[in-house]
Amino acid sequence: MTAQEIHDTIQGKFPDVIIEFNDSVLQPYIKCTPNQFNEVCQFLRDEEELNFDALMNCSGVDYGEELGVVYHLYSMTHRHKIVLKVNVTRENAEIPTVADIWRTADWHEREIFDLYGINFINHPDMRRILLPDDWEGYPLRKDYVQPQFYNGIEIAHPDMKGNSDEEK
Amino acid sequence: MEPLVQFFYILLPFLRDWPEWLALTVIGIVAALLMFGFVAIFALFAIWLERKVSAHMQDRIGPMEVGGWHGWAQTIADTIKLLVKEDIVPENADRILFKLAPAIVFTAALAGFAVLPWTQDFIPADLNVGLLYILSVSSFAVIGILMGGWASNNKWSLYGAMRSASQMVSYEIPVALALLAVVMNAGTLSMRHLVMAQSGNILDWNVFNFFPLTAVAFIIYFVASLAEVNRTPFDLPEGESELVGGFHTEYSGMRFAFFFLGEYANMYVVSAIATTVFLGGWLPPFEFLSFIPGPIWFVGKAMTMVFIQMWLRWTLPRLRVDQLMYTCWKVLTPFSFAIILLIGLWKVI
Amino acid sequence: MKKSNFPESQFELQIPDPLRTDEMTLSMGPQHPSTHGVLQVILKTDGEIVNSARPQIGYLHRCFEKHAENITWHQVIPFTDRLDYIASMNNNLGYAIGVERMMNLEVNERAEYLRVIVAELNRIASHLIALGTYGLDIGAFTPFLYVFRDREKILDLFEEICGARLLYNYVWVGGVAYDAPEGWREKVLEFVDYFEPKIKEYNDILTYNKIFIERTANVGVIPADVGISYGVSGPSLRGSGVNFDLRKDDPYSVYDRFEFDVITGKGEMGTIGDTWDRYWVRVAEMYESAKIIRQAAEQLPEGDAKETIPRNIKVPAGEYYMRTETPRGELGYYIISDGGKMPNRVKVRSPAFCNLSVLPAIAPGVMIADLVAIIGSLDIVLGEVDR
Repeated sequence: MTAQEIHDTIQGKFPDVIIEFNDSVLQPYIKCTPNQFNEVCQFLRDEEELNFDALMNCSGVDYGEELGVVYHLYSMTHRHKIVLKVNVTRENAEIPTVADIWRTADWHEREIFDLYGINFINHPDMRRILLPDDWEGYPLRKDYVQPQFYNGIEIAHPDMKGNSDEEK
Repeated sequence: MEPLVQFFYILLPFLRDWPEWLALTVIGIVAALLMFGFVAIFALFAIWLERKVSAHMQDRIGPMEVGGWHGWAQTIADTIKLLVKEDIVPENADRILFKLAPAIVFTAALAGFAVLPWTQDFIPADLNVGLLYILSVSSFAVIGILMGGWASNNKWSLYGAMRSASQMVSYEIPVALALLAVVMNAGTLSMRHLVMAQSGNILDWNVFNFFPLTAVAFIIYFVASLAEVNRTPFDLPEGESELVGGFHTEYSGMRFAFFFLGEYANMYVVSAIATTVFLGGWLPPFEFLSFIPGPIWFVGKAMTMVFIQMWLRWTLPRLRVDQLMYTCWKVLTPFSFAIILLIGLWKVI
Repeated sequence: MKKSNFPESQFELQIPDPLRTDEMTLSMGPQHPSTHGVLQVILKTDGEIVNSARPQIGYLHRCFEKHAENITWHQVIPFTDRLDYIASMNNNLGYAIGVERMMNLEVNERAEYLRVIVAELNRIASHLIALGTYGLDIGAFTPFLYVFRDREKILDLFEEICGARLLYNYVWVGGVAYDAPEGWREKVLEFVDYFEPKIKEYNDILTYNKIFIERTANVGVIPADVGISYGVSGPSLRGSGVNFDLRKDDPYSVYDRFEFDVITGKGEMGTIGDTWDRYWVRVAEMYESAKIIRQAAEQLPEGDAKETIPRNIKVPAGEYYMRTETPRGELGYYIISDGGKMPNRVKVRSPAFCNLSVLPAIAPGVMIADLVAIIGSLDIVLGEVDR
């Protein structure tokens, strides 16, 4: 199935979900709204012609004004791919989880939560995964400032921007 | 009179002039020290041998530097290192049991040496129930291991200790039954008489007697004894890939060395039992070879068995706990019962 | 057919066993011989039986993705080396191809062939380590040294071609760092001739050992649907009988020119998808890799292999998700460029991360020794899990 057909199938089932569809880039993507996202994904996986049974990758992105999550889907049976994008505002970073649809999203979403601070609604176990539980801030956001201390241990490196001795 | 005492009286005639109690004490201490020295030297040698054997099985050459010739002094250097290392006792350990455990394990191994018949005349203690004695004292080791594992206050050690307890208690049964098959025939529990019952040539050894029944008993004994001394494929109590170090996870320095020493001493004890009971003890395989002294045969046979244990260790993976119990209760034990039954029938008919 | 949303529920433990004892919490790792690095698994055990296993990762987190946003496109490559430090060539390859596709760049034939040769050599080296350490996990020490003996020869080849033995920094955007030295091709062919018979040696000592089979067959079964749902990939997924190999299904470089088979688990010794199958897929894949290397080395064209582009490249704005088949599975780089000298975002979809995530699903009910066997059969590298 081509990206256009996939887009049309979703459009037919969920008319007001798709914000943008771009077929002219290297990997065509469909931009969705956060609401009903879980239902869309469930549909993508269970529909016979689509059958996207594998979530290849799920990554957070900081676009500057907005945060986004990008889902790369693949179908083991039909061997076709599609990219889904969901954007949220920085203030209200919440997206419905897909961890119940593709179990691999469980850890990927935890990682995005850990590094971008996007909260996944209904996620079974929303904790930090790579960083310590008491870490402050979300390091992969572009406006992240590295803290000087962690639990009283100095972690700033003199070479780091904004942390050099002259500025102290 | 005890053969050992006779042996010393012949060796050192002036002992006859001493009061008997003094002579016996001196003989006892000297014999014990001899055994201890043998165990220490044997362990040093066996550890070196194990490293060399494993190295050559694995396309390596093993230690080559210390001492010059093929690194013969490597284990001596290691022992000195272990001796001077800090003695660490975990803070929340049960200190008394923790310190006692290696001593018990080593004592149990050493006590087994008391009844080993090196030759017709040199048996530290020729008990008329020698085999029974050796089976009983070797069970002591499990207490030491259990103590060590429990007192360490470490969950991995506890796992090792529990595994060890269940394993050693279970495997004593096939060991005892396999030995019983031979004892039924020889009609004695004395180690010396067990060997003397096999005199003749190689075909009179118990392993070839009632062929193939005792040969199977020998294999059962050998497999079960591997489990008794925690050697691969039955090294579950240590099982370093599962339990870190098993019961000796928390031990370091000299205490660890004593566990190590105990393990190697045990290897020798079970091999010596196999030699005594199945392989004709100090007897040469053929009459014309009897110019070679008995102790050399005895040690040579036992060392061959030790070598086979090492060979297996560096070849086989480890069993799982349930498979270990399966092997014991559903394979080895029924087979040893069957062998006892068949030998009994054979003798009656 | 309606698919279940939680396929692993079939593994959940049944009604309490009458022989159940008190539950004990056991921390396996981060310092433990069999966690293949600094992985911590929190176990809830009932005697020897594991009731639940919860991996705690992050001990080796090195902020790769944050670093990648602050360095130039080429400077990312040495960082990719350090993800899966056992198969660095494969990591470089995925990133380089990803950037090349974004730039719509053609690479010299010779460079492509060299890339395939080093990637497959690295795959063999990595599978060898997987084999050896798996033997260690099961308690057999000797195979470990056998595989290191042969891995050494591969490392010597790498040393000759790029000067490094572990972190190669060899596959660059637009080509490779150095052309192969004189006589290297012959040495590769020589190695393949030497290596293929050696696999039988591993089979004799480990694969078909009765105890080894007893320990691994029917243990840690990952059914195909659970595996796909959890994003398991590579040999771990093929062990479950799924014919999925990116070298065939989503070809990159010049893999489509070579003949090789995709190995899948067949449940020879027990159930499809057990640890023995996963192990066996790795063994059999070494034959296939050797086949590819032989073909590539024989067809290796003359020409220039060095990269054809300047060091400081600018990648046109856009994004690309590039996935390659590393020894652990599907390694994906999601690269976003804003047209500048540095990447805007490099996300790594690490195969070991996804493979490890299946552990809590299949762990309930196995024994501690089996858990070690399962972790070993997933062949994780913590450098890649934590990034």
